[in-house]
Amino acid sequence: MSRDAEIMAETQRLHRFFKECGALSIEPDFLQPADILLDLYGEDIRARAYLISDPLRGEKMLRPDYTVPVVQAHMKGRANSARYTYAGKVFRKQEKDIGRPSEYIQVGYECFGDDDPARSDADVFAALSEAISGLDARVQTGDMNVLMTAVSGLHASDDRKAALLRHIWRPQRFRILLERFSGRLPKSESRTALLTAQDTFQGSGPFIGLRSKDEIKERVEQLRRNDPTPLISETEMDLLTEISQLCDVYPVVLSKMHDLMTELPSISQAIERIERRLEALEARGIDTQLLSFEASYGQTSMEYYDGFVFGFYKASQKGVSLVATGGRYDALTRHLGNGIELPAVGGVIRPDLLVEAKRSAVWQ
Amino acid sequence: MAIKLAIPSKGRLMEETFGWFQARGVRLLRTGSDREYAAEISGINGVELVLLSASEVPRELAAGRIQLGITGTDLMHENIVDWSSKVDALAELGFGDANLILAVPTCWVDVETLDDFDSICAAFRQNHGFRLRIATKYHRLVREFLKDAGVADYQIVDSQGATEGTVKNQTAEAIADITSSGQTLMENHLKTLEDGLILKSQATLYGVPVDMLKGPQKDKYMAFLAKLAL
Repeated sequence: MSRDAEIMAETQRLHRFFKECGALSIEPDFLQPADILLDLYGEDIRARAYLISDPLRGEKMLRPDYTVPVVQAHMKGRANSARYTYAGKVFRKQEKDIGRPSEYIQVGYECFGDDDPARSDADVFAALSEAISGLDARVQTGDMNVLMTAVSGLHASDDRKAALLRHIWRPQRFRILLERFSGRLPKSESRTALLTAQDTFQGSGPFIGLRSKDEIKERVEQLRRNDPTPLISETEMDLLTEISQLCDVYPVVLSKMHDLMTELPSISQAIERIERRLEALEARGIDTQLLSFEASYGQTSMEYYDGFVFGFYKASQKGVSLVATGGRYDALTRHLGNGIELPAVGGVIRPDLLVEAKRSAVWQ
Repeated sequence: MAIKLAIPSKGRLMEETFGWFQARGVRLLRTGSDREYAAEISGINGVELVLLSASEVPRELAAGRIQLGITGTDLMHENIVDWSSKVDALAELGFGDANLILAVPTCWVDVETLDDFDSICAAFRQNHGFRLRIATKYHRLVREFLKDAGVADYQIVDSQGATEGTVKNQTAEAIADITSSGQTLMENHLKTLEDGLILKSQATLYGVPVDMLKGPQKDKYMAFLAKLAL
């Protein structure tokens, strides 16, 4: 069989497999409204997705993934909880590596509205795991909730915690904010001057632009309000580092987390969620004793995943590839649903990479 | 086949380019009327002169239609993805200095750094219901710069000219543009962020990688570079 035919066969097999798991098949449009995707992902999406201008409908985007249209389709319908599967091409610009394809097939499985998140997390993970069983992939898991609960438990002002949480997916800015809020990065002279100035706007020139004087004043007041609040302590900084570096099999990670909990009680919520998920995974026949957990997994590449995250990796002649990946993205549904949040977890498989792995390595 | 060297077709940049080559024993001169885009080169054989807009040089070089060209660092970095794999930067010419910077209104007394900028982006989006707009023609450079810095919640709006005026006209909240003295910025009540230097740019001689050339063309290319002591 040719490579293309093999990929098609795998695509159909996976799609069928998810339908048999109880998912409805869904086929969103290739052309998606650009404004929604731009608003959701920001400018970065322009570097990754093809924008197309339509003389009547304005800017459109060749779908860079299925998540957004599937969530939208679900929210339009009346159903509370539902599962969906899809199989088709997504399109990604490649600015760096010419060797990476700009169009490829994804087969996905998404689960919405289940009131037991541990169960649906386990369900999606187990379904993907079974769909590619025999691949002998290396599995990595994580949970964005660990770092998020750790941040919300810090002794810092709400403004500062909100700023940190906003950048949980951008480790570099997250780090800079921490340095500033802990005092490791000293305040500039001009900032000190601003905070103590009698006349805030001395010599600042005319007020131009859409950002009003009131908005500027409000920010200055916010800076003044937060300035005297206690800095994040060195102890808490160390704790945060320790938590973000957690990486081992679940039994080891959990025992470490229980130790850390005595100093940072807010993570107990995340621990409970992980423990419930592990039970649900065991119930689905997954051996969790040897499953690996990394606290920072999902921080760099998976914006909007805000809970359980996972990836299945396979080494082939072309290097290590991410054959399947997924996670929980409740926050994304909140964005798309104008405040209405919907529990959502899902994952995708790349049949092309699966075939590549099959061809070059062991497939039992 | 002759080597094609593209030089800026207009103004001071062309004068200074002539000067740079003159200092290396290669004489360039315009021919025909003032308005005719024609020029000659003397002091070396097998090199043909092409007058080209600086903004077209990157594309022509990357496509291999010319072998040497002078343009700004900014234009090369902005227009050619992964430029260093496609062309060689042979010499910085020491003129045409300009910085690509990120600037905000001077009345934003609370914004000095990217850190501040990022923080007000979030507030702006909440207050106005859309992302803070940055007017620029350097879409890729600005996006990559802000991505590396971890700045979120902004959007780029295209501005091909009079960019400094967009803030006052309320079609953008901030700008990213080329500046040399900062005078235009000041007169439009804008200031550069402390860490808002995106790229230091100057006139640069670029060439196609030698390996892409063959036979006599390669010899001519090598001879020309030797003549220029490069």
